Amino acid sequence: MAEVEKAEQIEMLLNGDEAVAWAAYHVEPDVVAAYPITPQTIIVERFSEFVADGLVRTEFISVESEHSALSAVVGAAAAGGRAFTATASQGLALMNEILHIAAALRLPIVMAIATRALSAPINIHPDHGDIMNSREAGWIIMFAENAQEVYDNVIQAFKIAEDHRVLLPVMVAFDGFVISHTAEKVYVFKDVNVVREKFLGGPRKIPKIKLMGKEVELALRPLSYTPVPLTIGPLDLTDFYFEHKLQHMDALYRAPEVIKEVNEEYAKLTGRKYGNGLVEKYKLDDAEIALVAMGATVGTLRYVVDVMRDEGYKVGLLKIRTYRPFPTEDVIEALKDKKVVGVFDRAAPNGAAGAPLFLDIRSALYELEKRPIVVDYVYGLGGRDAPPELLEDAVEELYRISKGEVKPFRFRYLGVRE
Amino acid sequence: MVKLKTKPPTIYEIVKKPDPLLSGHRMCAGCTAPAIVKLVLKALPSLDNVIVVSPTGCLEVATTIFPYTSWAVPWMHNAFENAAATASGIEAAYKALKKKGVWGGEVPKIIIFGGDGGTVDIGLQALSGMVERGHNIMYILYDNEAYMNTGIQRSGSTPFAAATTTSPAGKVIPGKIEWKKPISLIMAAHMNAYVATASLYYWQDFVQKVLKAYYYEGPSFIHAIQPCSRGWRFTEDLGIKLTKLAVDTCVHPLWEFDPETREFKVTGYSAFLAKHPEKILPVEEYLKLQGRFRHLFKPVRRDDLIKEIQDRVMKDWHFLLKLAGLE
Repeated sequence: MAEVEKAEQIEMLLNGDEAVAWAAYHVEPDVVAAYPITPQTIIVERFSEFVADGLVRTEFISVESEHSALSAVVGAAAAGGRAFTATASQGLALMNEILHIAAALRLPIVMAIATRALSAPINIHPDHGDIMNSREAGWIIMFAENAQEVYDNVIQAFKIAEDHRVLLPVMVAFDGFVISHTAEKVYVFKDVNVVREKFLGGPRKIPKIKLMGKEVELALRPLSYTPVPLTIGPLDLTDFYFEHKLQHMDALYRAPEVIKEVNEEYAKLTGRKYGNGLVEKYKLDDAEIALVAMGATVGTLRYVVDVMRDEGYKVGLLKIRTYRPFPTEDVIEALKDKKVVGVFDRAAPNGAAGAPLFLDIRSALYELEKRPIVVDYVYGLGGRDAPPELLEDAVEELYRISKGEVKPFRFRYLGVRE
Repeated sequence: MVKLKTKPPTIYEIVKKPDPLLSGHRMCAGCTAPAIVKLVLKALPSLDNVIVVSPTGCLEVATTIFPYTSWAVPWMHNAFENAAATASGIEAAYKALKKKGVWGGEVPKIIIFGGDGGTVDIGLQALSGMVERGHNIMYILYDNEAYMNTGIQRSGSTPFAAATTTSPAGKVIPGKIEWKKPISLIMAAHMNAYVATASLYYWQDFVQKVLKAYYYEGPSFIHAIQPCSRGWRFTEDLGIKLTKLAVDTCVHPLWEFDPETREFKVTGYSAFLAKHPEKILPVEEYLKLQGRFRHLFKPVRRDDLIKEIQDRVMKDWHFLLKLAGLE
């Protein structure tokens, strides 16, 4: 890796949505397509101001649905463009069909998601149910803890997605309202070219392949340009579908290497680093009780860990930053010697043995001969507040489980009227 | 006024051009869809700057079975309902890349070939959005009037009384009980698209409309009737004849809408029929060749239904003549 000099940054007051819009402004995608389904975020409102003011040369398409938003960026990315969209909740659910197509066509799209509850009842407040509904689509999924990380993750996501070892779409998730609507101090690059030219290396680089003895760009190119026209999105039957799915999976499991590299390079540019890019530990090494979470609640749990540490509890925190591909090895390494692991899931278990993050964590730890006790706390559904006191009660309970005073359970709900 | 700009090619010139859709595809014997694709693409002055998009459908699955493809032009399929949105994104990407100086050529002309299901039903929203936003994209509807790819289920484009696998001709219900959705009028109502209907038999009329759509700097929509031997149940040699009869009976009249002059114009042989209504053939001539309408003739002749169809066709025809200022 080349030596990277730290870039000049400026301090701004931005909410999470604005942080996304500023990141997109600094990246200057070729195409942004979006639709304001309920619930809508102000991401594309801010971004369309950058378009209207001539600060970006992006083609902004106000499509007629979220399904078309993702379909249009699929077309844009297939044409070799750098493409971006944003959505949440119902919009993400409506995109579901095309999520799978975007990933399997190996298109490096970036999508910001202010995670919110799914209907019914219609709610619009923070909840990871929307992204959990989309977690099997073969995308890379990164969770941000605050507005700063939202800005950083969007920029990093383009570099990860477009890396030729990866070529996959990336979801940058952050809790609706708690991050999307809360203003925070955010450092942004002073010079847009640090992002566009220095970090991303100019326009998207299109991979080339040998086809019929000729060098061909892997993009929809007209005959005036390409020696061999491509057929993209063909019918793929029993004799090849499996192999193509395997290539998709290989790329996904290769992504952590790139995510780690990008995290390091970005750290040199900004001074900000998010663990190893996949997970981040907080006071975890000597802890007996480990908390595991994703998104905004990680910030609250840092405070909870500090408070409980002061009271003598040996508690620490593992933040999952990259949720897909799931960092199985890192989770095992971080949690292998813990007595009790408490997973915090902002999504309903929907009939499974526990909520989604819990399933991944417990499955990863099953490989160990001596396994920690793993329990799941389902919290904050539909935007229900998860204040420190509530989480402290959970830590107290985890402590009692570690002492054998409370019988372990698979999952229970926090902060709900039962 | 939407103009031709170049002289339409002669049939000899068309035949001599290399095929944009190569042989070896698995469309059914007697299918008229490949002929539509070839006629449209060969009518163009050049294929150098063209990108083709197709929604899911017969044409898509039968021409692109991996590792083979019949497409000698760049081609993309995304899903069933989103060809228009996908094409919008492709066009937008080239516009941005050109603005940034990354793409040195012209923005390619995007051409969509979509069946009636992916256009009239599930794809209508994306298509309407594409037209409203004014993308420079040609949309060619090959209308075989049912979901032929999935086994002949009824679509919004299936005509009244046609038997399909989901609107079978039963003892009580005689096939589809609703009328066909007037997709081309819906497209014309957007007011900013060049819209035309077309028939393979009247190929000169078709070719002129293709060129107008090609040169029009905005959305265009051409609705070609596409007889399907499997779905309409006729022998493989009758496809082109049916594209003629569809026009000659006024079931599928030839017309165009010019978004610049706001004029509807009846074209080709239909313009002749407007002047010589006595030459209009009875719908029965069209219906009787198709097995999907067999129950109108056997075991008992349903004069009531045949008359209902005839009356509706003439009602729609006179409505068109009024739109075109001919009545």
